[in-house]
Parts: sequence; structure tokens; C-alpha cells
Amino acid sequence: MSTVTKNADLAVLDSAVAAMIVPPSPRRASGRPPRRPVSGHRVKRRAASVVFSVIAVIIFLCSVFPVYWMINTSLQPNNEIRGPIPNFFPKDFTLGNYSTVLFEPSRSPFLPALANSLAVTLLTVVIALVFAFLASLAVTRFRFKGRKAFILSILIIQMIPAEAMIVSTYRVLDSWSLLNTIGGLTLVYVATVLPFTIWTLRGFVNGVPIELEEAAMIDGLSRTGAFWKITFPLLAPGLVATGVFGFIQAWNEFVLALVVMSRPASQTLPVWLRTFQQANTTTDWAAIMAGSTLMAIPVVVFFLIVQGRMTSGLMSGAVKG
Amino acid sequence: MTTLLGSVSSRLRRPVGRKGLAPALLLVPATLILIAIIGWPLLQLVIVSFQQFGRAQVFGQAAPFVGFDNYTRVLGDPQFWQVLARSFLFCIVNVVVTMSLGTLVALLMTRLNKFFRTLVSVGLLLAWAMPALTAVIIWGWLFDTQFGVVNYLLSQVTGIDFTGHSWLIDPISFFAVAGVIITWQSVPFVAFTIYAGLTQVPDEVMEAAQLDGAGAVQRFRLIVFPYLKSIFLVVTILQVIWDLRVFTQIFALQGIGGIREQTSTLGVYIYQTSLGTGDYGAGGAIAVIMVIIMLAISIFYVRQTIKEEAL
Repeated sequence: MSTVTKNADLAVLDSAVAAMIVPPSPRRASGRPPRRPVSGHRVKRRAASVVFSVIAVIIFLCSVFPVYWMINTSLQPNNEIRGPIPNFFPKDFTLGNYSTVLFEPSRSPFLPALANSLAVTLLTVVIALVFAFLASLAVTRFRFKGRKAFILSILIIQMIPAEAMIVSTYRVLDSWSLLNTIGGLTLVYVATVLPFTIWTLRGFVNGVPIELEEAAMIDGLSRTGAFWKITFPLLAPGLVATGVFGFIQAWNEFVLALVVMSRPASQTLPVWLRTFQQANTTTDWAAIMAGSTLMAIPVVVFFLIVQGRMTSGLMSGAVKG
Repeated sequence: MTTLLGSVSSRLRRPVGRKGLAPALLLVPATLILIAIIGWPLLQLVIVSFQQFGRAQVFGQAAPFVGFDNYTRVLGDPQFWQVLARSFLFCIVNVVVTMSLGTLVALLMTRLNKFFRTLVSVGLLLAWAMPALTAVIIWGWLFDTQFGVVNYLLSQVTGIDFTGHSWLIDPISFFAVAGVIITWQSVPFVAFTIYAGLTQVPDEVMEAAQLDGAGAVQRFRLIVFPYLKSIFLVVTILQVIWDLRVFTQIFALQGIGGIREQTSTLGVYIYQTSLGTGDYGAGGAIAVIMVIIMLAISIFYVRQTIKEEAL
């Protein structure tokens, strides 16, 4: 038994080389994988794993290099990066670009934009979570007319491209005097993340067997009490995951913020970054990279926390369990 | 598995919640906000697309209804067709490249030992996590005409002096750069999702096929692919939708140095027609067309989702 498995393993490896490096060779019509001298296997196996490892390192470098270059540039004085030969490590290490971005008042101001982004993002997360939570309860714990229609429309609304709606959203917000307000942008973001949030939370609530609640009710809790004491704590991971999703969406969103928050004082970070980049492209890439780094840090941290759940949430239609 | 069975059985014997107002009340906040922020603007969008709506109307003049005028004007405009063709072509190239690279990376990850697999995962995650706008600006700096590291490296490797070469002026190379940025950020999602799917393919089946003499390509085509068909389908549709909607990358790259007229995709074109030129009627018509296209494509996603998941 064990030898069979071992042979299969080896064959998997060398056919993987076949699949990825060279065109497949025609196989014999039937029978077992050809027997080869053990030493041949070993050489092949080692060669395969070396090749794969090298490819893995290349993929890693391609993925990481732009991010590294952003940080590398942000840590050098501006005149250093404008030479004929770029420095692959910060030679004259400096945090000066960060203080330029953060505190130099003559530039477009970072801190107000940060404050706007934080306010909009946090409000969006809280409101969207509460609203989505209520809605997901309605569609999972109750049977009523129009339930399926509601879920279906959630799925469809999710597919309406914001890119097509920017001008219309702008005009509607304008007519309600909500342009350039935290409240206005928050409303837009809540509406943007709600469909996905409801859909994901629905999955999480469905995952908690109602028998748990029923048992608690037999033990004397009310229906509402059973829900809060038993089901709600089990939903915590779902709430965290969807909350972080909302955070990333609101923090990164650029298109709607561009039209809704056009006044300098009400810009959010992405809009600020673009303005800053437009103003400094010819002169100060080091500061632009410092600004980019500052904007990317929070979202990268949150992203690393929940990436697994985001994938499964998006793929809930395709992958079962 | 237990939770799955549990939830199915509970669905069958679930006590019907207190009839009446409770579910309606729970749905009120979400419904209200979706109607106000998505439904109402969508209706306004459709209305505007049937009106003559220019700068004068922004400042309060009445907007006369003009029937399908905006639509005939848009559909008769060769520039619209150019933009549409460009958007689809760009989308298709991106989807093909992203799906192929993503699948190859996923296959590679199944063959790596733990250390190298973690290495690849960390790199992919980092690229994935970058905000789209930040990504564009970083790549804009990498491809900078004067001091970009790409020009420097190319000069070193090829021996030809690339200093001062502009990547964004020529539309083809503009889209190549945009494509690199989008692929860089989309491959991780594809790779992780397909990798997750690959780990679900039972080893015994693969071994059996192996013993029956199936080659690597055959095994992928006859076993892996059928197992992962629904994953491939959903990921591809999502990529098509995302790449067709592309706005931030194109818009920001144009700001760094592209020629607008030759590089706009649908979303950017709507923005320019409406806010740039001030022709809100035509912009509205294009936007309605875009919504229809996107919803038509999404039908596949929605159908697949409903099929796999009991509502």
C-alpha cells in the first residue's frame, strides 16, 4: 500500500513538470506508470522541486516588489530618488517624507482627510452591520411572502455598477444638500456594502442551527432571549468578517468619493492621495510614496486578518460547506 | 457537514416566526436605504437618459423630454462604439491572462512544500490587499518616464537606453500598464480560490486516474476541471464583471499621463461625458446601457448562486 502511494506521489511530481514546463509526452494506452530506476526518480523529483521553488520565488518577488519599492522610495530623501541610478535600499534613510505629508501645512492636508476617512469608514461599518444584521434575521428566521424576492433583489442590486451611477448619485445627493458631508458619503457607502453584507450574514445565521435556540426556549428563555443569549454570540466571527469587509470597501473607495466629496476640506484619503499625486508628480515622488504607504497600512493589516473569510464569502455561490 | 445537515433539517421544521410585523420591521432600515441611495438614483438616471439635460438644466432650467434622442445620438456616435469595443477587448484580455496565471499559480501551490507555499501566499496577499488607487500610483512611479525603475532595469538588461521612455502616451502600452496593474491585483483572488478548490479534489480519484495512465493535462481536463467547474464559472464571471467596470485604474493612470480620448473605458467615458462635457442626457443613456450590459452578464452569476444555495 505504502509503495503504491509513494510511486503515485513521485509520478504526480514529474507529470506536474510535464504540465508546467514541457508539453505532455504521449502516454501508453494502459497499464501502470512506467517503472524507472529509483535513482532516476530521485533526480527527477529533486529537479522538479527546485524548479517549482524557483518559480515560487519569482512569483513572490513580482508580487512584493511594487510594495517594497513604495516603502523604499518613501524612506529616501527626494533628491536621492531623482538620480540616474535608483537605490535598491534606502541609502540615506529618512522619515522626512512622512513628516512632510503629515505636518507640512502648505501641502494639501493629510490629517483632515484621515479624519474624514475614519469617520465615514467607522460610521459605514456600524450602520451597515446593524441594518444588515436585522435584515439577515428577517430572511433566515422568518418565513414570509416576498422573502425570496428580497434575497434575489439583493443579489441583483449588488451587480449594479457604481461606475454608471456616479453622476446620478451626485445629483440626488445634491438635491438633498448632502454633497461634501460625512453623512452623505456614509449613506452611499452603507447602500454599497449592504447587499454583500446581508448576503454574507444570512449565511452565518443559517449556519447556527435553530435547535440551539429551541432548546434554550424549552429551558425557559423567551424567543428573543434565546436568540441573544445563544445565537448572537455564535455570530461574532461573521459580524467581524463582514465588518472588516465594510471597512476595506469604505476605506478604499475612490469613484464615489471623487464626486461626492470634491471640496478640499471634505476629501477622504483616496481623493486626497490623488490630489496630492497630481500636485507633486513632477517634483516629489518620495512624499507621494509616503502618503501611499500611510493610506495602505490600515487596510493591509485588516485584510491580512480576514482574507480567508472574504474568499469564502464571495464564493458562497460556488463552494458548498 | 453536521451544521449543514442541521440547518437543512431545521429549515424543514422551523417554527414559523410570529406572523405579522416582525420581519417587515427588521427589513425596513435596509430597504429604505437601498431604495433611497440605489433605487432613486437609478430611476433618476433612466429619466435623465430620456431628457435633454445639459449645463443649463444643472442650473435649474426645465429639462424637456426628448424620447430616445440621447440613445440614438449615443448609438450613432462612433466614439461610443470605440469605447465599448475597447472596454470589452481590455476586459477579455485581462480575464484570460488573470484566469490562466491564477490557475497556474494555484496548481503550483499544490506542488510546493509548506515554506514556499507560505512565501507565495504572503506575496499574493500583499498585492491583493493594496488599495486600487495606491496600486495605480505605485505602478505609475515604477513606470515613471524619468526616474522609473522599470526604465532603468530595461536599460540595464537590454543595453538600449530607455531613460525618458513614456509608457502612458501610446494607448497600447497604456493598456499594457493598466493590464499589468489589474492582473497584479486580481491573480491572488483567482489563485487562492482555485487552490482552495484543488484541495477539495479527492486524492483517491487522482491516484486512480494516475494508475490508469492519465497524463497531467488529461487529469486536469477530465478530473480537476469537472470538479471545479462551478468555481471556474463563478470566478470567471466575477472577473468579467470587475474588469468591465474598471474605473479607478484607467482614471488615475490618465491623470499620471495618458491621452483621455484614446484610453477611456465605459465608466470613465460616462464620467467625462457627464461631468466633463456637461452632456448629462447622453451620459445617462450610456450609463443605462452599461447597467443593462452588467446585469445581463450578472444573470449567470445570480443563476449559479441560486442553484448552489437554497434561498
